[in-house]
Amino acid sequence: MTEAEAPHRDPDLSPGRARRLAYQNRQRRRSLLIGAVSTVLVFGVVILVVVNSPGWPTVRESFFSWEDFKASFPEILTGFARNVRIFLIAEVFILIVALILAVIRSSRAPVLTPLRLAATAYVDIIRGIPTIILLFLLGFGVPALRLQGVPNSQEFWAITTLVISYSAYVAEVYRAGIDSVHESQTSAARSLGLSSAQSMRWVVLPQAVRRVIPPLLNDFVALQKDSALLALLGVQEAFRRSQIYVAETFNFTAYLAAAFLFMLVTIPLARFTDYLIRRQRERTTGTSV
Amino acid sequence: MKKSIALIAVLAMLLAACAAEEGGGGGDVSCEKDDLTLVQEGVLTIGTDEPSFPPWFDFEGGPETGTGFESAVAYAVAGELGFTEDEVTWVVVPFNNAFAPGEKDFDFDINQVSISEEREEAVDFSDGYYDVNQALLGFSDSEIASATSIDELKSYRLGAQVGTTSLDFITDVIQPETEPLVYDTNADAKAAFDAGQLDGLVLDLPTAFFVSAVEIEGSTVIAQFPSAGESEQFGMVFEEGNPLRDCVNEALANVDLEAIQQEWLSDVVEAPIIETG
Repeated sequence: MTEAEAPHRDPDLSPGRARRLAYQNRQRRRSLLIGAVSTVLVFGVVILVVVNSPGWPTVRESFFSWEDFKASFPEILTGFARNVRIFLIAEVFILIVALILAVIRSSRAPVLTPLRLAATAYVDIIRGIPTIILLFLLGFGVPALRLQGVPNSQEFWAITTLVISYSAYVAEVYRAGIDSVHESQTSAARSLGLSSAQSMRWVVLPQAVRRVIPPLLNDFVALQKDSALLALLGVQEAFRRSQIYVAETFNFTAYLAAAFLFMLVTIPLARFTDYLIRRQRERTTGTSV
Repeated sequence: MKKSIALIAVLAMLLAACAAEEGGGGGDVSCEKDDLTLVQEGVLTIGTDEPSFPPWFDFEGGPETGTGFESAVAYAVAGELGFTEDEVTWVVVPFNNAFAPGEKDFDFDINQVSISEEREEAVDFSDGYYDVNQALLGFSDSEIASATSIDELKSYRLGAQVGTTSLDFITDVIQPETEPLVYDTNADAKAAFDAGQLDGLVLDLPTAFFVSAVEIEGSTVIAQFPSAGESEQFGMVFEEGNPLRDCVNEALANVDLEAIQQEWLSDVVEAPIIETG
Protein backbone atom coordinates (compact mmCIF):
# COMPACT_ATOMS: atom_id res chain seq x y z
CA MET A 1 0.00 0.00 0.00
CA THR A 2 1.28 3.40 -0.90
CA GLU A 3 0.29 6.74 0.43
CA ALA A 4 -1.23 7.68 -2.97
CA GLU A 5 -3.88 4.97 -2.73
CA ALA A 6 -5.36 6.38 0.44
CA PRO A 7 -8.52 8.34 -0.31
CA HIS A 8 -7.70 11.18 2.08
CA ARG A 9 -4.20 12.51 2.35
CA ASP A 10 -4.96 13.73 5.79
CA PRO A 11 -1.87 14.01 8.01
CA ASP A 12 -4.10 13.36 11.02
CA LEU A 13 -5.22 10.02 9.62
CA SER A 14 -4.07 7.22 11.88
CA PRO A 15 -2.10 4.45 10.11
CA GLY A 16 -4.81 1.93 10.99
CA ARG A 17 -7.61 4.00 9.49
CA ALA A 18 -5.58 4.82 6.39
CA ARG A 19 -4.96 1.10 5.86
CA ARG A 20 -8.62 0.32 6.33
CA LEU A 21 -9.68 3.02 3.87
CA ALA A 22 -7.18 1.84 1.29
CA TYR A 23 -8.45 -1.73 1.69
CA GLN A 24 -12.06 -0.66 1.28
CA ASN A 25 -11.04 1.30 -1.77
CA ARG A 26 -9.36 -1.73 -3.31
CA GLN A 27 -12.36 -3.94 -2.55
CA ARG A 28 -14.64 -1.42 -4.15
CA ARG A 29 -12.58 -1.29 -7.30
CA ARG A 30 -12.46 -5.08 -7.42
CA SER A 31 -16.27 -5.46 -7.20
CA LEU A 32 -16.67 -2.76 -9.80
CA LEU A 33 -14.41 -4.61 -12.22
CA ILE A 34 -16.10 -7.97 -11.61
CA GLY A 35 -19.49 -6.33 -12.03
CA ALA A 36 -18.48 -4.69 -15.30
CA VAL A 37 -16.93 -7.85 -16.78
CA SER A 38 -19.87 -10.07 -15.81
CA THR A 39 -22.37 -7.53 -17.18
CA VAL A 40 -20.59 -7.22 -20.51
CA LEU A 41 -20.22 -11.00 -20.74
CA VAL A 42 -23.84 -11.85 -19.89
CA PHE A 43 -25.39 -9.20 -22.09
CA GLY A 44 -22.86 -9.79 -24.88
CA VAL A 45 -23.73 -13.49 -25.07
CA VAL A 46 -27.45 -12.80 -24.85
CA ILE A 47 -27.31 -10.19 -27.62
CA LEU A 48 -25.24 -12.52 -29.83
CA VAL A 49 -27.71 -15.36 -29.36
CA VAL A 50 -30.72 -13.15 -30.06
CA VAL A 51 -29.24 -11.44 -33.10
CA ASN A 52 -28.20 -14.76 -34.63
CA SER A 53 -31.48 -16.54 -33.99
CA PRO A 54 -33.43 -17.35 -37.17
CA GLY A 55 -36.45 -15.19 -36.31
CA TRP A 56 -34.44 -12.09 -35.43
CA PRO A 57 -34.86 -10.22 -38.73
CA THR A 58 -38.67 -10.45 -38.45
CA VAL A 59 -38.57 -9.37 -34.82
CA ARG A 60 -36.30 -6.46 -35.65
CA GLU A 61 -38.45 -5.42 -38.58
CA SER A 62 -41.61 -5.60 -36.51
CA PHE A 63 -40.42 -4.07 -33.21
CA PHE A 64 -37.27 -2.11 -33.93
CA SER A 65 -37.81 -0.57 -37.35
CA TRP A 66 -36.01 2.77 -37.46
CA GLU A 67 -38.17 3.83 -40.42
CA ASP A 68 -41.39 3.28 -38.49
CA PHE A 69 -39.92 4.92 -35.40
CA LYS A 70 -39.16 8.05 -37.39
CA ALA A 71 -42.51 7.99 -39.15
CA SER A 72 -44.60 7.58 -36.01
CA PHE A 73 -42.57 9.62 -33.52
CA PRO A 74 -43.66 13.23 -34.25
CA GLU A 75 -47.38 12.40 -33.86
CA ILE A 76 -46.74 10.38 -30.71
CA LEU A 77 -44.61 13.17 -29.26
CA THR A 78 -47.35 15.78 -29.64
CA GLY A 79 -49.77 13.25 -28.15
CA PHE A 80 -47.38 12.80 -25.24
CA ALA A 81 -47.68 16.49 -24.39
CA ARG A 82 -51.25 15.66 -23.34
CA ASN A 83 -50.01 12.91 -21.04
CA VAL A 84 -47.54 15.30 -19.44
CA ARG A 85 -50.21 17.93 -18.94
CA ILE A 86 -52.66 15.61 -17.25
CA PHE A 87 -50.13 13.90 -14.97
CA LEU A 88 -48.68 17.23 -13.85
CA ILE A 89 -52.08 18.71 -13.05
CA ALA A 90 -53.24 15.48 -11.40
CA GLU A 91 -50.11 15.23 -9.24
CA VAL A 92 -50.67 18.67 -7.71
CA PHE A 93 -54.22 17.80 -6.66
CA ILE A 94 -53.22 14.32 -5.50
CA LEU A 95 -50.57 15.70 -3.14
CA ILE A 96 -53.04 18.14 -1.62
CA VAL A 97 -56.09 15.84 -1.35
CA ALA A 98 -53.99 12.95 0.00
CA LEU A 99 -52.39 15.13 2.65
CA ILE A 100 -55.78 16.29 3.87
CA LEU A 101 -57.01 12.69 4.00
CA ALA A 102 -53.92 11.55 5.91
CA VAL A 103 -54.13 14.36 8.46
CA ILE A 104 -57.80 13.60 9.06
CA ARG A 105 -57.06 9.90 9.52
CA SER A 106 -54.20 10.66 11.93
CA SER A 107 -56.15 13.15 13.99
CA ARG A 108 -57.19 12.22 17.53
CA ALA A 109 -59.88 14.78 18.25
CA PRO A 110 -63.17 13.01 19.17
CA VAL A 111 -65.18 15.67 17.37
CA LEU A 112 -63.56 14.64 14.07
CA THR A 113 -64.76 11.02 14.37
CA PRO A 114 -67.27 11.26 11.46
CA LEU A 115 -64.61 12.79 9.21
CA ARG A 116 -62.13 10.14 10.27
CA LEU A 117 -64.62 7.38 9.46
CA ALA A 118 -65.35 8.96 6.09
CA ALA A 119 -61.67 9.28 5.24
CA THR A 120 -61.03 5.65 6.23
CA ALA A 121 -63.98 4.46 4.16
CA TYR A 122 -62.82 6.54 1.20
CA VAL A 123 -59.33 5.08 1.24
CA ASP A 124 -60.64 1.52 1.62
CA ILE A 125 -63.26 1.80 -1.09
CA ILE A 126 -61.20 3.65 -3.66
CA ARG A 127 -58.19 1.37 -3.26
CA GLY A 128 -60.52 -1.53 -3.90
CA ILE A 129 -61.77 -0.25 -7.27
CA PRO A 130 -59.63 -0.77 -10.38
CA THR A 131 -58.75 2.65 -11.83
CA ILE A 132 -60.07 1.63 -15.25
CA ILE A 133 -63.55 0.94 -13.85
CA LEU A 134 -63.52 4.28 -12.04
CA LEU A 135 -62.52 5.96 -15.31
CA PHE A 136 -65.41 4.45 -17.26
CA LEU A 137 -67.86 5.24 -14.45
CA LEU A 138 -66.83 8.86 -14.29
CA GLY A 139 -65.68 9.54 -17.86
CA PHE A 140 -68.69 8.05 -19.68
CA GLY A 141 -71.21 7.52 -16.88
CA VAL A 142 -71.37 10.93 -15.25
CA PRO A 143 -71.54 13.02 -18.46
CA ALA A 144 -74.28 10.67 -19.70
CA LEU A 145 -76.49 11.97 -16.87
CA ARG A 146 -76.44 15.33 -18.69
CA LEU A 147 -76.59 17.23 -15.43
CA GLN A 148 -76.42 20.98 -15.72
CA GLY A 149 -72.98 22.42 -15.01
CA VAL A 150 -71.23 19.04 -15.01
CA PRO A 151 -68.33 19.15 -17.47
CA ASN A 152 -68.04 16.45 -20.11
CA SER A 153 -64.44 17.12 -21.11
CA GLN A 154 -62.40 13.93 -21.38
CA GLU A 155 -59.31 15.50 -19.82
CA PHE A 156 -61.32 16.76 -16.87
CA TRP A 157 -62.64 13.28 -16.10
CA ALA A 158 -59.30 11.58 -16.68
CA ILE A 159 -57.64 13.95 -14.22
CA THR A 160 -60.50 13.57 -11.73
CA THR A 161 -60.24 9.78 -11.92
CA LEU A 162 -56.49 9.83 -11.37
CA VAL A 163 -56.82 12.26 -8.45
CA ILE A 164 -59.53 10.19 -6.77
CA SER A 165 -57.69 6.92 -7.27
CA TYR A 166 -54.15 8.03 -6.47
CA SER A 167 -55.01 10.23 -3.50
CA ALA A 168 -56.20 7.11 -1.66
CA TYR A 169 -52.79 5.48 -2.12
CA VAL A 170 -50.80 8.60 -1.48
CA ALA A 171 -52.80 9.30 1.71
CA GLU A 172 -51.53 5.99 3.05
CA VAL A 173 -47.98 6.98 2.20
CA TYR A 174 -48.38 10.24 4.10
CA ARG A 175 -49.97 8.41 7.00
CA ALA A 176 -47.05 6.02 7.23
CA GLY A 177 -44.81 9.08 7.38
CA ILE A 178 -46.90 10.68 10.12
CA ASP A 179 -46.91 7.42 12.11
CA SER A 180 -43.15 7.19 11.79
CA VAL A 181 -42.65 10.43 13.72
CA HIS A 182 -42.10 9.44 17.34
CA GLU A 183 -44.81 10.25 19.90
CA SER A 184 -42.27 12.14 21.98
CA GLN A 185 -42.13 14.80 19.25
CA THR A 186 -45.81 15.59 19.71
CA SER A 187 -45.49 15.42 23.50
CA ALA A 188 -42.59 17.85 23.42
CA ALA A 189 -44.48 20.21 21.11
CA ARG A 190 -47.58 20.07 23.30
CA SER A 191 -45.51 20.74 26.43
CA LEU A 192 -44.19 23.87 24.74
CA GLY A 193 -47.74 25.09 24.50
CA LEU A 194 -48.53 24.23 20.86
CA SER A 195 -52.04 23.07 20.17
CA SER A 196 -52.57 19.63 18.70
CA ALA A 197 -53.16 21.16 15.25
CA GLN A 198 -50.09 23.35 15.59
CA SER A 199 -47.87 20.47 16.59
CA MET A 200 -49.15 18.49 13.58
CA ARG A 201 -48.45 21.43 11.28
CA TRP A 202 -45.10 22.60 12.65
CA VAL A 203 -43.53 19.51 14.19
CA VAL A 204 -44.93 16.27 12.80
CA LEU A 205 -45.70 17.05 9.14
CA PRO A 206 -42.32 18.60 8.23
CA GLN A 207 -40.56 15.47 9.44
CA ALA A 208 -43.17 13.10 8.05
CA VAL A 209 -43.25 14.55 4.56
CA ARG A 210 -39.48 14.62 4.24
CA ARG A 211 -39.33 10.93 5.12
CA VAL A 212 -41.89 9.87 2.53
CA ILE A 213 -40.57 11.82 -0.45
CA PRO A 214 -39.11 8.68 -2.08
CA PRO A 215 -42.37 6.68 -1.93
CA LEU A 216 -44.25 9.80 -3.09
CA LEU A 217 -42.02 9.99 -6.14
CA ASN A 218 -42.58 6.29 -6.67
CA ASP A 219 -46.32 6.87 -6.87
CA PHE A 220 -45.69 9.79 -9.21
CA VAL A 221 -43.86 7.46 -11.59
CA ALA A 222 -46.87 5.11 -11.54
CA LEU A 223 -49.19 8.06 -12.18
CA GLN A 224 -47.22 9.14 -15.24
CA LYS A 225 -47.80 5.78 -16.86
CA ASP A 226 -51.47 5.70 -15.91
CA SER A 227 -51.93 8.96 -17.78
CA ALA A 228 -52.27 6.66 -20.81
CA LEU A 229 -55.73 5.78 -19.49
CA LEU A 230 -56.80 9.06 -21.08
CA ALA A 231 -56.80 7.16 -24.38
CA LEU A 232 -59.77 5.07 -23.25
CA LEU A 233 -61.93 8.19 -23.26
CA GLY A 234 -61.04 8.76 -26.90
CA VAL A 235 -58.29 11.35 -26.61
CA GLN A 236 -55.34 10.88 -28.93
CA GLU A 237 -52.51 10.87 -26.40
CA ALA A 238 -49.19 9.07 -26.91
CA PHE A 239 -50.48 5.50 -26.57
CA ARG A 240 -53.54 6.05 -28.77
CA ARG A 241 -51.47 7.72 -31.47
CA SER A 242 -49.09 4.76 -31.47
CA GLN A 243 -52.05 2.37 -31.58
CA ILE A 244 -53.48 4.14 -34.60
CA TYR A 245 -50.12 3.83 -36.34
CA VAL A 246 -49.86 0.13 -35.47
CA ALA A 247 -53.40 -0.51 -36.71
CA GLU A 248 -52.44 1.00 -40.06
CA THR A 249 -49.06 -0.66 -40.52
CA PHE A 250 -49.03 -3.76 -38.28
CA ASN A 251 -45.60 -2.64 -37.19
CA PHE A 252 -45.20 -2.56 -33.43
CA THR A 253 -42.31 -0.10 -33.36
CA ALA A 254 -44.75 2.75 -32.69
CA TYR A 255 -45.64 1.18 -29.33
CA LEU A 256 -41.96 1.17 -28.46
CA ALA A 257 -41.72 4.81 -29.49
CA ALA A 258 -44.49 5.64 -27.03
CA ALA A 259 -42.88 3.48 -24.34
CA PHE A 260 -39.61 5.27 -24.99
CA LEU A 261 -41.22 8.64 -24.24
CA PHE A 262 -42.69 7.36 -20.99
CA MET A 263 -39.32 5.93 -19.98
CA LEU A 264 -37.68 9.21 -20.82
CA VAL A 265 -39.53 10.82 -17.94
CA THR A 266 -39.94 7.87 -15.56
CA ILE A 267 -36.40 6.49 -15.52
CA PRO A 268 -34.63 9.73 -14.48
CA LEU A 269 -37.25 10.16 -11.79
CA ALA A 270 -36.75 6.59 -10.58
CA ARG A 271 -32.96 7.14 -10.46
CA PHE A 272 -33.52 10.38 -8.54
CA THR A 273 -35.76 8.54 -6.08
CA ASP A 274 -33.05 5.92 -5.53
CA TYR A 275 -30.56 8.70 -4.93
CA LEU A 276 -32.83 10.31 -2.34
CA ILE A 277 -33.35 7.00 -0.55
CA ARG A 278 -29.59 6.40 -0.46
CA ARG A 279 -28.93 9.87 0.88
CA GLN A 280 -31.61 9.49 3.49
CA ARG A 281 -30.16 6.19 4.63
CA GLU A 282 -26.71 7.72 4.85
CA ARG A 283 -28.05 10.56 6.89
CA THR A 284 -30.07 8.48 9.32
CA THR A 285 -27.71 5.54 9.82
CA GLY A 286 -24.39 7.17 9.09
CA THR A 287 -23.34 4.37 6.73
CA SER A 288 -23.26 4.22 2.97
CA VAL A 289 -24.59 1.17 1.22
CA MET B 1 -33.02 -10.51 -9.31
CA LYS B 2 -32.60 -7.80 -11.91
CA LYS B 3 -30.50 -10.09 -14.05
CA SER B 4 -33.00 -12.92 -13.88
CA ILE B 5 -35.73 -10.53 -15.03
CA ALA B 6 -33.57 -9.43 -17.93
CA LEU B 7 -32.91 -13.07 -18.78
CA ILE B 8 -36.62 -13.90 -18.75
CA ALA B 9 -37.32 -10.92 -20.97
CA VAL B 10 -34.67 -12.02 -23.42
CA LEU B 11 -35.92 -15.62 -23.38
CA ALA B 12 -39.41 -14.35 -24.17
CA MET B 13 -38.02 -12.45 -27.12
CA LEU B 14 -36.14 -15.50 -28.30
CA LEU B 15 -39.32 -17.55 -28.18
CA ALA B 16 -41.10 -14.86 -30.16
CA ALA B 17 -38.23 -14.89 -32.65
CA CYS B 18 -38.51 -18.65 -33.15
CA ALA B 19 -42.28 -18.58 -33.43
CA ALA B 20 -42.10 -15.94 -36.11
CA GLU B 21 -40.30 -18.38 -38.39
CA GLU B 22 -43.15 -20.85 -38.60
CA GLY B 23 -46.26 -20.68 -40.76
CA GLY B 24 -46.67 -20.62 -44.52
CA GLY B 25 -47.99 -23.45 -46.67
CA GLY B 26 -50.48 -23.46 -49.49
CA GLY B 27 -50.95 -25.33 -52.75
CA ASP B 28 -53.81 -27.24 -54.35
CA VAL B 29 -56.23 -28.59 -51.81
CA SER B 30 -59.41 -30.56 -52.03
CA CYS B 31 -62.46 -29.03 -50.41
CA GLU B 32 -63.87 -32.33 -49.15
CA LYS B 33 -64.76 -31.86 -45.51
CA ASP B 34 -62.32 -34.54 -44.36
CA ASP B 35 -59.43 -33.03 -46.31
CA LEU B 36 -59.71 -29.53 -44.86
CA THR B 37 -56.90 -28.30 -42.64
CA LEU B 38 -58.63 -27.03 -39.55
CA VAL B 39 -57.55 -25.47 -36.28
CA GLN B 40 -59.44 -28.18 -34.46
CA GLU B 41 -60.09 -31.47 -36.24
CA GLY B 42 -63.67 -32.21 -37.27
CA VAL B 43 -65.08 -28.81 -36.35
CA LEU B 44 -65.14 -25.44 -38.05
CA THR B 45 -63.77 -22.80 -35.65
CA ILE B 46 -65.12 -19.32 -36.40
CA GLY B 47 -64.00 -16.13 -34.69
CA THR B 48 -65.88 -12.94 -33.87
CA ASP B 49 -65.76 -10.25 -31.19
CA GLU B 50 -67.62 -10.35 -27.90
CA PRO B 51 -70.10 -8.83 -27.32
CA SER B 52 -71.42 -9.22 -30.84
CA PHE B 53 -74.07 -6.79 -31.95
CA PRO B 54 -77.18 -6.87 -34.14
CA PRO B 55 -77.93 -6.76 -36.98
CA TRP B 56 -74.83 -8.94 -37.41
CA PHE B 57 -75.38 -11.27 -34.46
CA ASP B 58 -77.73 -11.82 -31.58
CA PHE B 59 -76.64 -9.72 -28.60
CA GLU B 60 -78.13 -11.99 -25.95
CA GLY B 61 -77.54 -15.47 -27.33
CA GLY B 62 -74.23 -14.80 -29.08
CA PRO B 63 -73.13 -16.02 -32.51
CA GLU B 64 -74.22 -19.64 -31.86
CA THR B 65 -77.87 -18.78 -32.44
CA GLY B 66 -77.66 -18.30 -36.21
CA THR B 67 -79.46 -15.00 -35.61
CA GLY B 68 -78.20 -11.93 -37.44
CA PHE B 69 -76.64 -11.46 -40.87
CA GLU B 70 -73.09 -12.59 -40.19
CA SER B 71 -74.11 -15.51 -38.01
CA ALA B 72 -76.47 -16.64 -40.79
CA VAL B 73 -73.77 -16.26 -43.47
CA ALA B 74 -71.28 -18.18 -41.33
CA TYR B 75 -73.67 -21.11 -40.83
CA ALA B 76 -74.62 -21.09 -44.51
CA VAL B 77 -70.93 -21.31 -45.49
CA ALA B 78 -70.37 -24.02 -42.87
CA GLY B 79 -73.30 -25.93 -44.32
CA GLU B 80 -71.90 -25.67 -47.86
CA LEU B 81 -68.58 -27.03 -46.57
CA GLY B 82 -70.43 -29.98 -45.05
CA PHE B 83 -70.50 -29.04 -41.37
CA THR B 84 -73.62 -29.47 -39.27
CA GLU B 85 -74.54 -26.74 -36.78
CA ASP B 86 -73.06 -28.83 -33.97
CA GLU B 87 -69.76 -28.99 -35.80
CA VAL B 88 -69.29 -25.23 -35.66
CA THR B 89 -67.59 -23.63 -32.64
CA TRP B 90 -67.10 -19.94 -32.01
CA VAL B 91 -64.08 -18.23 -30.46
CA VAL B 92 -63.82 -14.67 -29.20
CA VAL B 93 -61.45 -12.53 -31.30
CA PRO B 94 -61.17 -8.78 -30.59
CA PHE B 95 -61.77 -6.77 -33.78
CA ASN B 96 -58.23 -5.46 -34.20
CA ASN B 97 -56.68 -8.86 -33.42
CA ALA B 98 -58.63 -10.51 -36.23
CA PHE B 99 -56.50 -8.95 -38.94
CA ALA B 100 -53.22 -8.56 -37.06
CA PRO B 101 -50.41 -10.68 -38.50
CA GLY B 102 -49.54 -14.03 -36.98
CA GLU B 103 -50.96 -17.42 -36.13
CA LYS B 104 -54.73 -17.59 -35.70
CA ASP B 105 -56.83 -19.78 -33.45
CA PHE B 106 -59.79 -19.63 -35.85
CA ASP B 107 -60.40 -21.13 -39.28
CA PHE B 108 -61.97 -17.86 -40.31
CA ASP B 109 -63.19 -14.72 -38.58
CA ILE B 110 -66.38 -12.89 -39.49
CA ASN B 111 -66.70 -9.52 -37.78
CA GLN B 112 -67.51 -6.67 -40.20
CA VAL B 113 -63.90 -6.54 -41.31
CA SER B 114 -63.54 -4.45 -44.44
CA ILE B 115 -61.18 -5.75 -47.08
CA SER B 116 -58.27 -3.34 -47.51
CA GLU B 117 -54.83 -3.40 -49.06
CA GLU B 118 -53.01 -2.79 -45.77
CA ARG B 119 -54.87 -5.58 -44.03
CA GLU B 120 -54.28 -7.86 -47.00
CA GLU B 121 -50.56 -7.73 -46.24
CA ALA B 122 -51.11 -9.31 -42.86
CA VAL B 123 -54.00 -11.73 -43.45
CA ASP B 124 -56.04 -13.23 -46.30
CA PHE B 125 -59.63 -12.29 -47.08
CA SER B 126 -62.49 -14.23 -48.60
CA ASP B 127 -64.46 -12.62 -51.39
CA GLY B 128 -66.66 -9.82 -50.10
CA TYR B 129 -69.97 -10.92 -48.62
CA TYR B 130 -71.46 -7.47 -48.08
CA ASP B 131 -71.06 -4.06 -49.74
CA VAL B 132 -70.84 -1.57 -46.95
CA ASN B 133 -71.29 2.20 -46.70
CA GLN B 134 -69.92 4.25 -43.85
CA ALA B 135 -72.61 6.19 -42.02
CA LEU B 136 -72.80 9.10 -39.63
CA LEU B 137 -74.82 8.86 -36.45
CA GLY B 138 -75.93 12.02 -34.63
CA PHE B 139 -78.69 13.27 -32.38
CA SER B 140 -81.67 14.37 -34.43
CA ASP B 141 -82.11 17.56 -32.41
CA SER B 142 -78.48 18.61 -32.82
CA GLU B 143 -76.93 21.00 -35.31
CA ILE B 144 -75.01 18.29 -37.17
CA ALA B 145 -78.29 16.61 -38.18
CA SER B 146 -78.88 19.26 -40.83
CA ALA B 147 -75.56 18.71 -42.63
CA THR B 148 -75.88 17.78 -46.28
CA SER B 149 -72.29 17.78 -47.52
CA ILE B 150 -68.84 16.67 -46.42
CA ASP B 151 -67.80 20.32 -46.00
CA GLU B 152 -70.56 20.92 -43.49
CA LEU B 153 -69.21 18.10 -41.33
CA LYS B 154 -65.71 19.47 -40.91
CA SER B 155 -66.41 21.62 -37.87
CA TYR B 156 -67.75 18.84 -35.63
CA ARG B 157 -66.20 16.56 -33.04
CA LEU B 158 -66.36 13.12 -34.64
CA GLY B 159 -65.37 9.76 -33.26
CA ALA B 160 -64.80 6.14 -34.30
CA GLN B 161 -63.22 2.89 -33.16
CA VAL B 162 -59.45 2.54 -33.54
CA GLY B 163 -58.18 0.57 -36.55
CA THR B 164 -61.48 0.80 -38.45
CA THR B 165 -62.27 2.02 -41.94
CA SER B 166 -64.73 4.35 -40.18
CA LEU B 167 -61.79 6.14 -38.55
CA ASP B 168 -59.97 6.20 -41.91
CA PHE B 169 -63.09 7.73 -43.40
CA ILE B 170 -63.03 10.56 -40.84
CA THR B 171 -59.32 11.27 -41.23
CA ASP B 172 -59.05 10.83 -45.00
CA VAL B 173 -62.41 11.91 -46.38
CA ILE B 174 -64.08 14.27 -43.90
CA GLN B 175 -60.79 15.71 -42.60
CA PRO B 176 -62.38 17.53 -39.66
CA GLU B 177 -60.88 20.66 -38.10
CA THR B 178 -61.07 19.14 -34.61
CA GLU B 179 -59.05 16.00 -34.05
CA PRO B 180 -61.30 12.92 -34.07
CA LEU B 181 -61.78 10.97 -30.86
CA VAL B 182 -60.67 7.37 -31.09
CA TYR B 183 -61.97 4.49 -28.97
CA ASP B 184 -60.93 0.91 -28.26
CA THR B 185 -64.31 -0.51 -29.16
CA ASN B 186 -67.54 0.65 -30.74
CA ALA B 187 -69.14 0.13 -27.33
CA ASP B 188 -66.85 2.81 -25.85
CA ALA B 189 -67.49 5.10 -28.80
CA LYS B 190 -71.24 4.72 -28.32
CA ALA B 191 -70.87 5.48 -24.59
CA ALA B 192 -68.97 8.69 -25.39
CA PHE B 193 -71.56 9.65 -28.00
CA ASP B 194 -74.37 8.98 -25.55
CA ALA B 195 -72.52 11.09 -22.97
CA GLY B 196 -72.48 14.03 -25.37
CA GLN B 197 -68.71 13.96 -25.81
CA LEU B 198 -69.11 13.57 -29.57
CA ASP B 199 -71.21 15.41 -32.13
CA GLY B 200 -71.17 12.48 -34.51
CA LEU B 201 -70.12 8.85 -34.58
CA VAL B 202 -69.02 7.10 -37.76
CA LEU B 203 -70.06 3.45 -38.07
CA ASP B 204 -70.94 1.05 -40.84
CA LEU B 205 -74.48 1.70 -42.05
CA PRO B 206 -76.27 -1.37 -40.61
CA THR B 207 -74.64 -0.86 -37.21
CA ALA B 208 -75.56 2.83 -37.29
CA PHE B 209 -79.15 1.86 -38.04
CA PHE B 210 -79.29 -0.56 -35.17
CA VAL B 211 -77.80 1.95 -32.73
CA SER B 212 -80.25 4.65 -33.76
CA ALA B 213 -83.27 2.34 -33.71
CA VAL B 214 -82.58 0.35 -30.57
CA GLU B 215 -79.63 1.51 -28.51
CA ILE B 216 -79.41 5.28 -28.26
CA GLU B 217 -82.62 7.20 -27.95
CA GLY B 218 -82.85 10.40 -29.97
CA SER B 219 -80.07 9.43 -32.36
CA THR B 220 -80.50 9.12 -36.10
CA VAL B 221 -78.51 8.15 -39.17
CA ILE B 222 -77.67 11.56 -40.58
CA ALA B 223 -76.10 10.28 -43.75
CA GLN B 224 -74.56 7.34 -45.52
CA PHE B 225 -71.49 7.72 -47.68
CA PRO B 226 -71.17 5.52 -50.76
CA SER B 227 -67.44 5.24 -51.39
CA ALA B 228 -66.21 7.32 -54.28
CA GLY B 229 -64.08 4.62 -55.91
CA GLU B 230 -64.37 0.87 -55.54
CA SER B 231 -67.04 -0.11 -53.03
CA GLU B 232 -65.98 -1.18 -49.56
CA GLN B 233 -66.70 -4.81 -48.75
CA PHE B 234 -66.72 -6.99 -45.68
CA GLY B 235 -64.71 -10.19 -46.02
CA MET B 236 -63.97 -13.16 -43.84
CA VAL B 237 -60.46 -13.17 -42.41
CA PHE B 238 -57.99 -16.05 -42.69
CA GLU B 239 -54.51 -16.57 -41.37
CA GLU B 240 -52.18 -15.66 -44.21
CA GLY B 241 -51.73 -18.58 -46.62
CA ASN B 242 -54.58 -20.63 -45.14
CA PRO B 243 -55.70 -22.94 -48.01
CA LEU B 244 -59.21 -23.04 -46.52
CA ARG B 245 -59.90 -19.66 -48.09
CA ASP B 246 -60.43 -21.08 -51.57
CA CYS B 247 -62.90 -23.59 -50.22
CA VAL B 248 -64.80 -20.90 -48.32
CA ASN B 249 -64.93 -18.77 -51.47
CA GLU B 250 -66.38 -21.74 -53.35
CA ALA B 251 -68.96 -22.21 -50.62
CA LEU B 252 -69.73 -18.50 -50.47
CA ALA B 253 -70.49 -18.49 -54.20
CA ASN B 254 -73.24 -21.07 -53.57
CA VAL B 255 -74.80 -19.13 -50.70
CA ASP B 256 -77.81 -16.93 -51.47
CA LEU B 257 -76.41 -13.77 -49.88
CA GLU B 258 -79.26 -11.70 -51.30
CA ALA B 259 -81.84 -13.69 -49.35
CA ILE B 260 -79.90 -13.56 -46.08
CA GLN B 261 -79.48 -9.83 -46.55
CA GLN B 262 -83.22 -9.47 -47.14
CA GLU B 263 -83.89 -11.30 -43.92
CA TRP B 264 -81.52 -9.41 -41.62
CA LEU B 265 -80.59 -6.10 -43.21
CA SER B 266 -83.74 -5.17 -45.13
CA ASP B 267 -84.44 -1.99 -43.18
CA VAL B 268 -81.04 -0.37 -43.64
CA VAL B 269 -81.36 1.04 -47.15
CA GLU B 270 -83.17 4.26 -46.30
CA ALA B 271 -80.74 6.98 -45.28
CA PRO B 272 -79.82 10.31 -46.85
CA ILE B 273 -76.81 9.95 -49.14
CA ILE B 274 -73.84 12.30 -49.03
CA GLU B 275 -71.56 11.90 -52.01
CA THR B 276 -67.86 11.75 -51.20
CA GLY B 277 -66.21 12.01 -54.60
